Amino acid sequence: MSGLRVDRPGLSTTVQDRGRAGHQRYGVPVSGALDPLALRLANALVGNAPCTAALEILALGPTLTVEADSVRLALVGSEVGLKIDGTDIPAGRSATASRGARIAIGGFTDAASCILAIEGGFALVPCMGSLSTYARGGFGGFEGRALKAGDLLPLARAAATPGPERRAPPIDYGRGPIRVVLGPQETWFEPASIDRFFAEPYMITAEADRMGMRLEGAKLDHARGFNIVSDGIAHGHIQVPGTGQPIVLLADRQTVGGYPKIGAVIGADLPRLGRMRPGDTIRFVRIEVAAAEAARRSQEAAFATLLKAIGPVIVVPTTEQLLRTNLIDGVVSA
Amino acid sequence: MNPRFLAAGDAALVVEYGEIIDAALIEAVQQLDRRLAAAALPGVIETVPSFRSLMVHYDPLITSRAELIQAIEALDTGSAAAGVEPGRPWRLPVCYDHAFAPDLADVATATGLAPDAVTATHAANPFTVAVVGFLPGCPFMAELPPAFNLSRRTTPRTRVPAGSVAVAQKLSVIYPAESPGGWHLIGNCPIPLFDARWERPALLAPADTVRFQPIDTAEHARILAAVRQGEYDPRRECVDQAAAT
Repeated sequence: MSGLRVDRPGLSTTVQDRGRAGHQRYGVPVSGALDPLALRLANALVGNAPCTAALEILALGPTLTVEADSVRLALVGSEVGLKIDGTDIPAGRSATASRGARIAIGGFTDAASCILAIEGGFALVPCMGSLSTYARGGFGGFEGRALKAGDLLPLARAAATPGPERRAPPIDYGRGPIRVVLGPQETWFEPASIDRFFAEPYMITAEADRMGMRLEGAKLDHARGFNIVSDGIAHGHIQVPGTGQPIVLLADRQTVGGYPKIGAVIGADLPRLGRMRPGDTIRFVRIEVAAAEAARRSQEAAFATLLKAIGPVIVVPTTEQLLRTNLIDGVVSA
Repeated sequence: MNPRFLAAGDAALVVEYGEIIDAALIEAVQQLDRRLAAAALPGVIETVPSFRSLMVHYDPLITSRAELIQAIEALDTGSAAAGVEPGRPWRLPVCYDHAFAPDLADVATATGLAPDAVTATHAANPFTVAVVGFLPGCPFMAELPPAFNLSRRTTPRTRVPAGSVAVAQKLSVIYPAESPGGWHLIGNCPIPLFDARWERPALLAPADTVRFQPIDTAEHARILAAVRQGEYDPRRECVDQAAAT
């Protein structure tokens, strides 16, 4: 069986795709990559369909040994890049490693997560239509958990497709305050607290994981208590429990909940939010739904342009290689 | 019943019928859920029913909040959807032995009923699954008589055993796995409620109906042993076998 042997697992490395939609009515979280743009770009670089499962790496990457004839891979989402047998491969381009090669990804602080895509993806059985790992529930991905030392992650392909490596321009995640649509329980808050939420900075605390991030900042006062009759939770929803400190709900969020939700981060800003780390400061700005939907469409158009800009890596020969080459023969045969 | 349309970001919409737990609201949510399933509107990814609202998850690259509201308002005047399966009827075993019911005395005091009357009321009550959530496969079932309108425990337990049957807020719940929990434990149901390998991963779905069948500790132990041996398919507890398969 072709695979990647896990020598060191990193902090938390899981198999993720776009998530398992369609089962929230059974209490099953959607999961999926925290940074879906990185997932799609990394897959495009290795020639995969955009939703192919890849490895999502949090904070510190794994060390892997190639137990296949060869593998093509690409890392997107952090400038950390990867090393193949000690040679640096920058982020945002593909590379091919042959049998026995050691792939290493170090620690990084420029994003909470990054994606390592493998050409062909993994030879794993989908669970409820998805390969995303939901570690709390123990299902999906590789044995329902983060990778451990000694694991052999099975690959769908035995060898990389011959052809040039590819590179892409960096992803534009946008900038400025994180945009939020109010609702559905904005009337459960004092109007002054809603103003405060949009005026004050919030810091991401150490309690941040794939399920959500607890924020710390100006306290939000409930107008009608903090226990609602539980209702649905959307990706990016911001719930405010009795402490008055907001919690932003991310990929592994629960499907329903009983705290009032002041609003939700818009889809176009979720990849940027998913990249933020403990200690980072967030400012929020209010936006209406129609404008949020338009922002999402324009992000999609910009991303399509980025995918079209993917091109071959131009190999610049070193001086040594140039000196070894017999240039005279070339002249004569011409 | 006219719903309110509330925002939940730009990829979900809340259709809300009220703010309380009430059988009529649960029914309104489930009817809309069935009508939406039958309508198969473009861009709708999935719907999540809860006690008093339906969350409609959608793809804003295919549809929009404005389009969806228009389509849902057009649906709402129609009758219940044909061709969409209604809830399945279940009869689930529960052991009310004191070993599984550490809060039975407290519930008896709070409801003003004798402990035996608490369990008898629970066993005789026809339940409808309103929500599956909190944990994968965890059913919230409505609705017990008004005496059972209990607050949750002041101090939640850090570990509630798997299978615990609990009550609060006129509802009953079964914990599908060990977890923290703040409800009052009055029994235990020994059968698995969630398995990621099942085609429908949760035994119970919103709109399913449930009645409890009291069992003694010996029967509870026998079922639990069979479950552990992999010799017990809980789907056989569906009263309507045609619906279960």
